[in-house]
Amino acid sequence: MGQATFRIWRTKPEGGGEFRDYPAEVGEGMVVLDAVHQIQATQAPDLACRWNCKAGKCGSCSAEVNGVPRLMCMTRLDDLPTDQPVIVEPMQAFPPVKDLVTDVSWNYEVKKRIAPFKPRPADAPDGTWRMAQEDADRVQEFRKCIECFLCQDVCHVLRDHHKHEQFVGPRFLVYAASLEMNPLDTGDRVPELKKEYGIGYCNITKCCTKVCPEHITITDNAIIPLKERVVDEFYDPVLKLIQLVFRPRKK
Amino acid sequence: MAGIPLPVRRSFGETTRRDRWWLPPALVFVGLSLFIVYATWAAFQSAHYWLPGTNYLSPFYSPELFGTSPHAWFGSAPPWWPGWLPYSPALLILWAPAGFRATCYYYRGSYYKAFWADPPGCAVGEPRKGYVGESGWPLKAQNVHRYFMYVAVLFIGLLAYDAVTSFWFPGEGFGVGVGSLVLTVNVVLLSGYTFGCHSLRHIVGGRRDCLTDSPACQAMYKGCSALNRRHGLWAWMSLISVMFADVYVRLCSMGVWTDYRLI
Repeated sequence: MGQATFRIWRTKPEGGGEFRDYPAEVGEGMVVLDAVHQIQATQAPDLACRWNCKAGKCGSCSAEVNGVPRLMCMTRLDDLPTDQPVIVEPMQAFPPVKDLVTDVSWNYEVKKRIAPFKPRPADAPDGTWRMAQEDADRVQEFRKCIECFLCQDVCHVLRDHHKHEQFVGPRFLVYAASLEMNPLDTGDRVPELKKEYGIGYCNITKCCTKVCPEHITITDNAIIPLKERVVDEFYDPVLKLIQLVFRPRKK
Repeated sequence: MAGIPLPVRRSFGETTRRDRWWLPPALVFVGLSLFIVYATWAAFQSAHYWLPGTNYLSPFYSPELFGTSPHAWFGSAPPWWPGWLPYSPALLILWAPAGFRATCYYYRGSYYKAFWADPPGCAVGEPRKGYVGESGWPLKAQNVHRYFMYVAVLFIGLLAYDAVTSFWFPGEGFGVGVGSLVLTVNVVLLSGYTFGCHSLRHIVGGRRDCLTDSPACQAMYKGCSALNRRHGLWAWMSLISVMFADVYVRLCSMGVWTDYRLI
């Protein structure tokens, strides 16, 4: 493939940062992370970059490549136009630490706010449960999440409006869905979804679904079903009346 | 997020994306604008919405509750209709499909981008700083979607009836005209859109954690989910088909087009 230029965001010790251009030799099968490593090894040993598995499973090398949130290890250079500089910058929804590294610890604090799994009593004397595979399949999709936080990064509620206090973001709506829809779980997170997790802030742009490297159908299978559960509870007086008369809601 | 500053907010349209991110919202803007202008114009015409000699009735005017055509259920214009507003049978019913589409989850995401630039595209800077999304009024009203869905399902039944009767020609009996096929394809596409609705998917089964407890709910949920996977595609195909069905009946009624009889 020859040579390509990588325009990489470099932070300055005094604050802020700038893009700097680095030429690199690129070859068939290379990914952006390979090029960043090559630049680290030959031109910029102080270039900070977080990575681990290089297989798209650890979620460490999240960054923005040509403006799109992506895993650097899964972004092949032959999918990018290399006749112009490849722009590599850190995620925009989180505080910068250095160069391509951001502080994603806010996500770990948010996760603690989600009510944990609360299973029903065991089905069998040996303390195990029974559930149909088809019921498990629905929540299984959500468990593919590798917590790369690309969905959080692309979500305009966090990225542009900085609603980190009011909105937990798509990652944790997926997490809440995985618990709320679990056939064994008895917890009720619907009031929290409306009030504390801020599900109403999501305006269904589906950007989170588009960037998910695990192809989780975040919006259609997690967020919208949760929004509908919130409607059941808070915005559907007819359903409430029917439930009141015919079938009181199980808690 | 206290202590460490977040990156500076990007200005409107600012992005490092290199692709044509503006194209999808631009197409949505043009497509929806064209439809809204045409549908508004057609709704106020109150003429050429049915074709004499056939049972063709434009979907914009079905069901015709009050009107002058043979399809009207309750006779001519209602006496309580305000004098300052020109009467059209379409004005009595179009609120339902319009409300269904306006509150549809797919369309919401699309027109927030295309008409409000909220955001203009994924990872593209926005024009305004304040934001409450659907957590505050007026967008909280989008939660009425399921009520519009109930009416939309009823409309599918009525439009299916229209499609079936379009195969019967007064004084001739069974036949197949191009218009019969247009109305039938239209109701199929509208059904694909309506029965893939996120709210319907939730109500028929999605609200349950154990779907396998109810085989009927499970089957309906699977059907809705299958349609829901291409909900956006169904939305656009049905939008185009419903507009084309009105154009077809209108132009045939005006004598511009001829309704060819296949059988």
